[in-house]
Amino acid sequence: MAHGPAKGIGRWLYATNHKDIGTMYLWFSFAMFILGGAFAMIIRAELFAPGMQLIKPEFFNQMTTMHGLIMVFGAIMPAFVGLANWLIPMQIGAPDMALPRMNNLSFWILPFGFSLLAATLFMEGGAPNFGWTFYAPLSTTYAPPTVNFFIFGVHIIGASSIMGSINIIATVLNLRAPGMTLMKMPLFVWTWLITAFLLVAVMPVLAGAVTMMLMDINFGTSFFDAAGGGDPVLFQHVFWFFGHPEVYIIILPAFGVISAIIPTFSRKPLFGYSSMVYATSAIAFLSFIVWAHHMYTVGMPLAGELYFMYATMLIAVPTGVKVFNWIATMFGGAISYETPMLFSIAFVILFTIGGFTGLMLAMAPADIQYHDSYFVVAHFHYVMVAGAVFSMSAAVYYWLPKWTGKMYSEAMGKTHFWLAFIGFNVTFFPQHFLGLAGMPRRYADYALQFTEWNMVSTVGAFIYGAAQILFLYNVIRTIVAGTPAPEEKTWEGAEGLEWTLPSPPPFHSFSTPPEVK
Amino acid sequence: MLSRLKQLVVYALNPLVLLSCAGMASAKEAGSDQPEGWSLLNMPVGVTESARNSYDIHMYVIWVCVAIGVVVFGVMIYSMLAHRKSLGHEPATFHESTTVELAWTIIPVFILVALAVPATTSMVERYDSSEADIDIKITGYQWKWQYEYLGEDIQFMSELSTSEPAIYGKESKTEYYLTEVNEPLVIPVGKKVRFLVTAKDVIHAWWVPDLGVKKDAIPGFINETWTRVEEPGIYRGFCAELCGKGHAFMPVVVNVVEADEYAQWLADKKAAVAAERELANKSFTLEELMAKGEEAYNRSCASCHMANGEGIPGAFPGLKASPLTLGPVADHIDMVVNGSATNAAMQAFGGQLSEVDLAAIITYERNAWGNDALGDDDKIVQPIDVLKFKQGQ
Repeated sequence: MAHGPAKGIGRWLYATNHKDIGTMYLWFSFAMFILGGAFAMIIRAELFAPGMQLIKPEFFNQMTTMHGLIMVFGAIMPAFVGLANWLIPMQIGAPDMALPRMNNLSFWILPFGFSLLAATLFMEGGAPNFGWTFYAPLSTTYAPPTVNFFIFGVHIIGASSIMGSINIIATVLNLRAPGMTLMKMPLFVWTWLITAFLLVAVMPVLAGAVTMMLMDINFGTSFFDAAGGGDPVLFQHVFWFFGHPEVYIIILPAFGVISAIIPTFSRKPLFGYSSMVYATSAIAFLSFIVWAHHMYTVGMPLAGELYFMYATMLIAVPTGVKVFNWIATMFGGAISYETPMLFSIAFVILFTIGGFTGLMLAMAPADIQYHDSYFVVAHFHYVMVAGAVFSMSAAVYYWLPKWTGKMYSEAMGKTHFWLAFIGFNVTFFPQHFLGLAGMPRRYADYALQFTEWNMVSTVGAFIYGAAQILFLYNVIRTIVAGTPAPEEKTWEGAEGLEWTLPSPPPFHSFSTPPEVK
Repeated sequence: MLSRLKQLVVYALNPLVLLSCAGMASAKEAGSDQPEGWSLLNMPVGVTESARNSYDIHMYVIWVCVAIGVVVFGVMIYSMLAHRKSLGHEPATFHESTTVELAWTIIPVFILVALAVPATTSMVERYDSSEADIDIKITGYQWKWQYEYLGEDIQFMSELSTSEPAIYGKESKTEYYLTEVNEPLVIPVGKKVRFLVTAKDVIHAWWVPDLGVKKDAIPGFINETWTRVEEPGIYRGFCAELCGKGHAFMPVVVNVVEADEYAQWLADKKAAVAAERELANKSFTLEELMAKGEEAYNRSCASCHMANGEGIPGAFPGLKASPLTLGPVADHIDMVVNGSATNAAMQAFGGQLSEVDLAAIITYERNAWGNDALGDDDKIVQPIDVLKFKQGQ
């Protein structure tokens, strides 16, 4: 019997194939990226000039909240899960993921989770309006009634992430080709293995936080209400115990992508493979013990402030090791600048800038001024957008010829890159200035002295947004009408098992395990 | 225009402008000449020890980052230019070097220790709020601040004084758009002022950049912070923690004055409080109450119930021809004074506003928007009614 995909819609509904599920994850995340991006455009358009021109402050708050939630949980996380689905079996020499039916379930509950969330936009009282960090009591006692939909949406999204992670752990630990020891795995597999453990550890904490909210709102408990013996700050501790590992959940797979692409286009092996693995593990460990650096102004005791400051500063060490390694890999290579490499180099530069501002934010006395200002907004967009999204763009251009068997348009790819690079920096670099000058984040309207840089930022945002349309067009054009890609190796410097498969790879990636020396 | 455009391009493309302009941007904002937006690039140096400390540490860590950045990006850019395949550069094959890897792990640790030392000292000083000369309790409300001078029997609300038409573009915006209030916090120069920060509803954060003070205001808890301002002037700040739709509309304004001026202000304020109390016994005409009521309503109620009394469907109930404003007057007074038992968004205004304002608001709500022709006949509420209601509880 021929092993190929089923015909029609059934291929997708009942999909158990890692590539089909990966494809669905990637398209889903791109749809969410466009939706979250549309919200960002509304935010930036309103902030172009002082005064309320387009929307009301209450709707503005819904937009910032939904933008954050959709981008973090809908765009970035599923995008990397999709990438993991496509690549991990091919990179470790396996036929498929270890738990294909759970794979199907973990994808197919996502659209329901996000439908619950997005449907709140059309309900009485409007969508969640308490920020993506949903601090109590704004998100409990003072929340719109739609908060319950948000809570169930988060539960579903969390369940999906946990199942996806278990699948990745099971696959990596059980399905590696003979001879592929842990320390021979590609770094993308390593970073995802560590990410999956982080997810399994902290998604239940998020579920706990929203369940406590649910109880406070509907069943008369007082976890986060001081009047009933609870503590609003408890919410922040629980949230950030999830939230800080979450930012590494987002960035670690990106590290894996960059660690694959830079050696390829430098035509030189990664400088320090084992130190990269150790640095990733160290970052993952530290991510659990630094959460309250998001809470320097909350009124912690001095000892707490100092501890969290020191622990947070320590993260700079393993992160530095990563950056130094990428640069040492490029050094002395024979570098060429195809689109994936351009995105990767931009990643290293901009992520490092985001790392510098991260170190600045770790310094508690200075953070008293930065906290909750646009400086923070600039910082985390440097690591989220220039980090996660740029690496995702790099990954798509890098592996698209392998996935589809067709080559994308290099000219269009480079145009996308330059538009995105310029648009991104014009959007977010001025936000450092705004924050330092005193503009708080999540402001629907602002004082006159902030006008100029807000205008610049808005112009940049629309350039960045337009660049993504070009990206979409380029990908579709590749799939529909791309020129055939080289048989196996698209890139001369590429290493790894996925490049030993034909392009596009067979439905069941490796039906006989490859030999790994 | 063209020169502005040029400036913009230069700034947007050159991250180091941040640093080169640091000195220039730190020009103090106090006084009437606000710096032009383009030159606002850096943290203000501020007018307190804490603010200067934040600024110094901020600049210190920026320069450390710049130094690291120059080295790291320098090597990277050199290799991007020199080691190009298009130049025919042959790739080296070296990798793994324990010496190098140890060096770039250990050196950063020393840099971090050098950063942590001054930061620790600064935090220790910042946490010493003992021996204050003046204690002021700051309470955050949706969306205004209440200042209470402990031991002085003075308390007042400080609310945004920018008009709604200015926000919605129907009037022109003036210099202190969204950074002006009806009544600023007044403190004396050179004295240690301790702030006890809390909130009544959701979490807010009281932030004045020039004072280097930012503290979360958390309902049910009291946070301590302090300041000692070195120069008289008017300093403007913001609410820094998302607190609902009025988050951007509850600025902080601090008026720092000389000691004798402060004493005078204190005396005047106390006299005004006494006069206000006296007024509670006075009887007002409907016209007086309506005039006062409209002004107080627009300040304290209109952000939710809207100036036209129609509320926001699904979020905030309307008051036009509503059961509350047309029903028994006692229920109406109870709602305004004690807030709603079922909807936390309806605050208890009894402790926030004077009896005169409360009576005027209730009277206004029972007569405005056509309510005067409908429902219950009790249309006028006098301050003494409110006072009796409060005492009767």
